[in-house]
Amino acid sequence: MTLGQYYPADSVLHRLDPRVKLLATLLYIIGIFCIDSPIGVVFVTVCLASLIFLSKVPFSFMVRGLKGIMVLLIIAAFFNLLMTPGVPIVSFWIFKLTWEGIKNAALMTIRMVYLIMGTSLLTLTTTPNALTDGLEKGLSFMNFFKVPVSEIAMMMSIALRFIPILIEETDKIMKAQMARGASFDKGNLIQKAKSMVPLLVPLFVSAFRRAYELANAMEARCYNGGEGRTKMKPLRYKRNDYISYGVAGSFFLICIVLGIMF
Amino acid sequence: MSIIFDHVAFKYNPGTTYENTALDDINLKIDDGEFIGIIGHTGSGKSTLIQHMNGLEKATSGTIYYNGQDIYDSDFDMASLRTEVGMVFQYPENQLFGTTVYEDVCFGPKNQGLDGKEISLRAFEALRAVHLPEELCDVSPFELSGGQKRKAAIAGVIAMKPSVLILDEPTAGLDPAGRDEILNLIKELHEKNGVTIILVSHSMEDVANYVDRIVCIDKGHIKYDGTPREVFKNYKELEEIGLSAPQVTYLMHDLKRAGFHVDTDCITIEEARNEILRCFGI
Ligand SMILES: Nc1ncnc2c1ncn2[C@@H]1O[C@H](COP(=O)(O)OP(=O)(O)OP(=O)(O)O)[C@@H](O)[C@H]1O
Ligand SMILES: [Mg+2]
Repeated sequence: MTLGQYYPADSVLHRLDPRVKLLATLLYIIGIFCIDSPIGVVFVTVCLASLIFLSKVPFSFMVRGLKGIMVLLIIAAFFNLLMTPGVPIVSFWIFKLTWEGIKNAALMTIRMVYLIMGTSLLTLTTTPNALTDGLEKGLSFMNFFKVPVSEIAMMMSIALRFIPILIEETDKIMKAQMARGASFDKGNLIQKAKSMVPLLVPLFVSAFRRAYELANAMEARCYNGGEGRTKMKPLRYKRNDYISYGVAGSFFLICIVLGIMF
Repeated sequence: MSIIFDHVAFKYNPGTTYENTALDDINLKIDDGEFIGIIGHTGSGKSTLIQHMNGLEKATSGTIYYNGQDIYDSDFDMASLRTEVGMVFQYPENQLFGTTVYEDVCFGPKNQGLDGKEISLRAFEALRAVHLPEELCDVSPFELSGGQKRKAAIAGVIAMKPSVLILDEPTAGLDPAGRDEILNLIKELHEKNGVTIILVSHSMEDVANYVDRIVCIDKGHIKYDGTPREVFKNYKELEEIGLSAPQVTYLMHDLKRAGFHVDTDCITIEEARNEILRCFGI
């Protein structure tokens, strides 16, 4: 799940309340770990496919997240395939290929792939800011246990906001030093580390300056902690959100039933 | 000796949802010893254009020739291009990193592989050229004022003795004295050392006063390319793309409309003064 990979589009999923999407994702994750039969897999596949279709996000973006775990996935499938005890089909040395192994490996692979695709769907259709808003609202019951939810959410959204700024800044400084003949990938490890100094020093200086300026600006606007702050765009449930809660709940129940029955 | 842009186009983030065409079919020839001003609305692609001149950005299509050599050829020496084409970025003071100003200025010459004596000679020469007080050479660059930082950063590029110097809005945010000092320094480099200058600026007055040729960019295209007089004749069209002519040009047009027979092509105060005096027969 890469941060800030939001895909701007105008779809039903994009417009849903982030709280709904967060809870639905949670239910979806539990759901795909409940099912363990072909019929369940077909059911989840149909659901996921319709969601992807509804989201208007190109399919290639969904599978982009898979690249990172490809190796892990193959290794895990390999061991599941050959190390699961059961009725052997073929066997050599300590390895046995069993029907159970094939089933296990297939199920595990499908679960992992669907897990990544489902969570990608969440981050692709929800801006990082909406996500933190949703988390803040959804976890506000934690205030009861003296967890400063609003402050944490504020910190998170500031951090998220700063990532693209810092990337841009890095790019600028890198170019400026390259224009002065610097190179960042030559020589051995020590030389490489040394060549980072002209990049890192200005980057830190500017990060601290920005932090200081932001703190001043927030203070000038009378920010004094998160409690009781109102929002410019408060989260409000609409009809679609209630329907979606219903859909997510039914999906969850069906998964459990399918898990028990088959 | 020249830089030639041959049908250069450039896109940011090609192939993604954030694809953005910043340059489109740019054709441009910059000869040795020219003093060129680049003007354009914000976001028109000026910074992107100049970053192609020393190979920091790579054109998505088209190519660039430096002294007749294709800079995208695999055997082209990019490092030597970067030492010959110096670049002062927008807000260059944000790139200072040395423990002292002197050390920071030495960074460029050091990367050129010069020997120690030559490095410090060039550093002091450059610091003197930008009129930075000598006692400031040994303090941390972070203790300087904004304008002094700017000078230190410019010295860091001049110390590399480039034969082409590109400056991206070097006077933004400076007081009038600081602005004149930097512009005069650039002029001096051009006249005394024969450095080719490419100056990006939002000030029509500065451009009118200093440059010999204006390249006007609009939405990634070259809209006008000519002497300041020729370009500022199109002041109506310039206004449509968010620019303007120097203020004296408007004054001359007003005078003409009021019935005085003045030449409306004047773009600097000096020219306008002479023209008005001539008109009144003084
Ligand atoms: N790093 C980047 N990633 C994506 N798009 C960019 C990037 N830098 C610039 N752009 C876009 O490219 C276009 C040209 O930008 P550029 O910085 O060249 O403009 P400019 O003429 O220098 O503007 P200014 O006068 O404000 O400095 C703009 O539309 C801008 O949004
Ligand atoms: Mg710019």
